[in-house]
Amino acid sequence: MNLMQFLIQNHGQVVELTLEHLWLVGVSTLLAVLIGVPLGILSARRPLWNKPVLGSANLVQTIPSLALFGFLLPVPWLGERADRIAILALTLYALLPVIRNTYTGIRGVDPAVVEAGRGMGLTDQQLLFQVELPLALNVIFSGVRVAVVVSVGLATIAAAIGAGGLGEFIFRGLAMVNNQLILAGAIPAAVLALAADFGLGWLEKRLRPR
Amino acid sequence: MEPTPAAIEFCDVSYALPNGHKLLSGLNLQVRRGETLILLGRSGSGKTTTLKLINRLLQPTSGRILVNGAPTVESDVIRLRRSMGYVIQEVGLFPHYTVERNIGLVPRIEGWSAERIQLRVAQLLELVGLDAAIVSRYPHQLSGGQRQRVGVARALAADPAILLMDEPFGALDALTRDQLQREFLSLQQRLHKTVVFVTHDLHEALRLGSRIALMEAGQLVGIFTPQEFLHSSDPLAAAYVQAFGNGTTPATSGGES
Repeated sequence: MNLMQFLIQNHGQVVELTLEHLWLVGVSTLLAVLIGVPLGILSARRPLWNKPVLGSANLVQTIPSLALFGFLLPVPWLGERADRIAILALTLYALLPVIRNTYTGIRGVDPAVVEAGRGMGLTDQQLLFQVELPLALNVIFSGVRVAVVVSVGLATIAAAIGAGGLGEFIFRGLAMVNNQLILAGAIPAAVLALAADFGLGWLEKRLRPR
Repeated sequence: MEPTPAAIEFCDVSYALPNGHKLLSGLNLQVRRGETLILLGRSGSGKTTTLKLINRLLQPTSGRILVNGAPTVESDVIRLRRSMGYVIQEVGLFPHYTVERNIGLVPRIEGWSAERIQLRVAQLLELVGLDAAIVSRYPHQLSGGQRQRVGVARALAADPAILLMDEPFGALDALTRDQLQREFLSLQQRLHKTVVFVTHDLHEALRLGSRIALMEAGQLVGIFTPQEFLHSSDPLAAAYVQAFGNGTTPATSGGES
């Protein structure tokens, strides 16, 4: 049985696992943006926060993903459902690119523009929402894009703890020494990553300030 | 014998960086209502520092600054800044805003109605000699001279009584600069704003200034009318006149103090 036939015959399951995969990536990315953007703004505004914030986000990256999934298993509430663990772990990994790019984006706004805004009497909030964030948006967005592409790949490992997603096929294939089953998980995951990269890249270009 | 207080007054103002390096020491200076006071000096003389102390982009280490007789530290910093127009050499137009939104920004955050802002923008564009058709353009679509005009229009938007200008024409080519200086003069004849204008170009100082405050190494050397400046016996003033006096304007380097 070749790969195409397998995908067609099991299209119900392929779709289901793909949707699960998207759910894991989508929710974790959303959380990473909600947490990471404010942290990035904070570290751009207060130099003292910069090192601890970026340092911790960096530290998370050094934890092997399989180990992180394992560490989180015994945590109460979290450990009850595998997808909670997967989402938390993916969120933690996605934080670094989001925080770093928010920081870089805000720091990269032309100082003359910021000074002019301040001199004109914009409050800190007005300066942030009307000037700094809009001008940093495409840099922040490229961080989100990196986070999404990495998450799509990482989320395949979530299947190891039973969180579902396209990793199911891969792990099942590994167990059964069935290359086609592995590819049935790996190829849709790769297509997903490429599509996300392309789509978000297109959006990012449109966000670039003139 | 002034019955009303000076528009801006520096009382023994000093400013030092956190590392202790003094940028300005013991400045006493009065800016009269409706005059164009030029702060003239070379890079590092403290002229930009002086300007930024007025709208509290910098806080004096000692001494105080009065605007219309009231100490600036006691006024709300946002209100204070909105009561003054601010124009800098790099213009600092918001690149993601159209000309209209750039000029209308302060009126908009002050809660003006859309029609009133639109009217004001049209009025200002005419005032600074720009075609009304450019309202929907973005800063990157404008020439340097146009950008600087938009910068001036933006500073004038909420009709402030005081205008702070930091080498506003420094980055322009000689012809455009000449034209904008001429327009500045005719504008000032109509508007009578209190202007504090930073430059290192003596020709610009003589042409635009009611009075010239000469600064050097963080100190005020003296205040002169343009006529007095030309005939001053002060060695630094004389050195300026000599350096600029050969009839050609040296290329402005775009440095700042």
